[in-house]
Amino acid sequence: MKISNVLKLFTSILMLSFGTSAIADTLSDTLDRGNVRCGVSQGLPGFSNPDADGNWVGIDVDVCRAVAAAIFGKGGDDKVEYFPVSAKERFTKLTAGEYDILSRNTTWTLSRDAKIGLTFNGVNFYDGQGFMVPKALGVTSALELDGASVCVNTGTTTELNLADFFRANGMSYEPVVFEKADEVLAAYDSGRCDVHTTDKSGLAAQRTKLAQPDEHMVLGETISKEPLGPVTREGDEPWSDIVFWTLNALITWDELGLEAGDALKNIVGDTSQTPEVKRILGVEGDQGGHLGLDKDWAYWALFEVGHYGDMYERHVGANTPLALARAGSPNAGWKNGGLIYAPPIR
Amino acid sequence: MNIRTDIIKPPKQDIFKSGKFRSIVVQIIVMVLVIGSIGWIINNAATNMAANGISHGFAFLWETSFFDIGYLPFIEHTASHTYFNAFIVGLLNTILVAVLGIFLATIVGFLVGIGRLSNNWLVARFCGFYVEALRNIPLLLQLFFWYHAVLRVLPRAKNSLNFGDSFYLNLKGLFLPKPIPEVGFNYVLLIGVFSIISIIFLYFWSKKRQALTGQQFPVFYASLAIFIIPVLIVSFLNNTPMYLEDPVLKGFNFKGGIRLIPELVALLLALSLYTASFIAENVRSGILAINKGQIEAANAVGLKRIPILRLIIIPQAMRVIIPPLTSQYLNLTKNSSLAVAIAYPDLVHVFAGTALMQTGQAVEILAITMSVYLTLSITISLLMNWYNRAMKLKDS
Repeated sequence: MKISNVLKLFTSILMLSFGTSAIADTLSDTLDRGNVRCGVSQGLPGFSNPDADGNWVGIDVDVCRAVAAAIFGKGGDDKVEYFPVSAKERFTKLTAGEYDILSRNTTWTLSRDAKIGLTFNGVNFYDGQGFMVPKALGVTSALELDGASVCVNTGTTTELNLADFFRANGMSYEPVVFEKADEVLAAYDSGRCDVHTTDKSGLAAQRTKLAQPDEHMVLGETISKEPLGPVTREGDEPWSDIVFWTLNALITWDELGLEAGDALKNIVGDTSQTPEVKRILGVEGDQGGHLGLDKDWAYWALFEVGHYGDMYERHVGANTPLALARAGSPNAGWKNGGLIYAPPIR
Repeated sequence: MNIRTDIIKPPKQDIFKSGKFRSIVVQIIVMVLVIGSIGWIINNAATNMAANGISHGFAFLWETSFFDIGYLPFIEHTASHTYFNAFIVGLLNTILVAVLGIFLATIVGFLVGIGRLSNNWLVARFCGFYVEALRNIPLLLQLFFWYHAVLRVLPRAKNSLNFGDSFYLNLKGLFLPKPIPEVGFNYVLLIGVFSIISIIFLYFWSKKRQALTGQQFPVFYASLAIFIIPVLIVSFLNNTPMYLEDPVLKGFNFKGGIRLIPELVALLLALSLYTASFIAENVRSGILAINKGQIEAANAVGLKRIPILRLIIIPQAMRVIIPPLTSQYLNLTKNSSLAVAIAYPDLVHVFAGTALMQTGQAVEILAITMSVYLTLSITISLLMNWYNRAMKLKDS
């Protein structure tokens, strides 16, 4: 932790110390301020990464954009303020109220949910931890890694899964623990470590950044379950509900197999659509009102951001540098054998 | 004559007008306010954390840590040890780098400081350049330079630089042979201890003799002889009961021997060379503070250069040097927390880093970490103040 980070953490604690516990009504604070405050990574391609123009893009960024569009309506997806944070400081800053949604490839675990005052709001990507090694090492299985030096990011479930995996298999290793993902990658690339470990999607993204990507391979084993999703503070249920149901509206639309974006203009006026579609778009009923939002909350989220499938294909799918095909993966819809499943919007 | 007795009478004691009383009252009020606001902050933090569902308290220290630590020169730590054990590991690693750093910085600092006053043009200029270059570049940058620029160009483990099949240098560190005692080593140890005790006696005897007769005794060479000769003889009689375990490349890493990880080396180099530049200036100012007459007088008595430095200059200069030297030692110890930038598992990295993240108990962990640095600093201060008193001019 650099000195500046110590200071930041310290101010976060001061905020905890002095701030009254009236950080409960995040929605009205957000409406007053006019934007959604969103904690993202410091640069993970496909999930949250600045593009060439400096705009944040990625599947995690889209969750925040969708929430903003659901709250602010047309053009609302631009009303997001992004806070890039390291893995280590992400929860402290969320609980201290520096931002209101943490959408930063964060794994849902019991201790995070129950112990540090967080609420997890669904899953936008099912991941699992893997290992990347140089091909020259001649290793084909993670079980051949006894005695290796492993580069890993601090403050992650990765660090714990790594310990579990090596202990369970009776192997020894040397963890080399860095604070930033870029430092982990640089140390691996230079040869300080034999192995790079993080979530497999992360490895796919990181591999593209290496000097010679073709010289490296991701081993077959997946050593953990990593359900990633948006996180909010515990104790503000209405706000958590908005985040949860906005994500699930995008998933539902993907399940229905309908088009989002501009095509919605035709769908919303089409009286032959099913009651479910009409309910989601706010043509019938007032689902948005239950959330404290406008009737057309889901309409604008889908209009500005697209549905879950659009998000996936745009940022991490087969035609992106990450090339993580959706079909056959846990991130396929439940009707196609995947795990992506939304509770009913009614 | 009428004497007005009411004027001579001492004024009535009004307790509220007494300056002493008022100052005590003010002090009590200020103290109550300070303690009260600290209590309010603590209470408020605890309430807020409870309201937000964040767990607090120090019970987490006895929970299983579930993470491993990369560098364990002293005690063991595995994923099944507690957070408290991780804390101790981090603390020991911090102390290791602080002690080694202070040792190196002092040696380099004294050499450079004395060198800067040398009559040799080249030596003086080089030392001047050293000081100006190193103290004017931020420490973090120097740390990155050593770690990312210097130590990262070393070869990978398979192509290690090999020095006589005993010393290996590669990206994963410096590997040295490890001395391992065998049967009979205890005799060598015993004779070594005896030699050291005799050397202490010799030292006091020679001091006494010099005070009585004025004759000097070559204590240094005699001590060397007293130590080395018996130890060598006993070792030989016991068939040298010590062997060197060479590091051997097995799989990914070297096994056996002693290992210095590159993170430790980079941190040590950066900390000690940087701090040495400040110590050098302290040393120079200490030496320059000595009256020129002292040296001239020593010359007049016929003392040679080295005894002048050792007996006249350094003891007097130390009085000027020690107080700022203490500050530099404190700086070095605190700066060792930059370890986190290059993955050296020190206290901040392991405890205020990984442990903080896994438990989420930022307030408790940072409080503990800050108290540890405070304790370390106060310990160094006390030791140095004690040393300072010992070196002080004594009134007699």
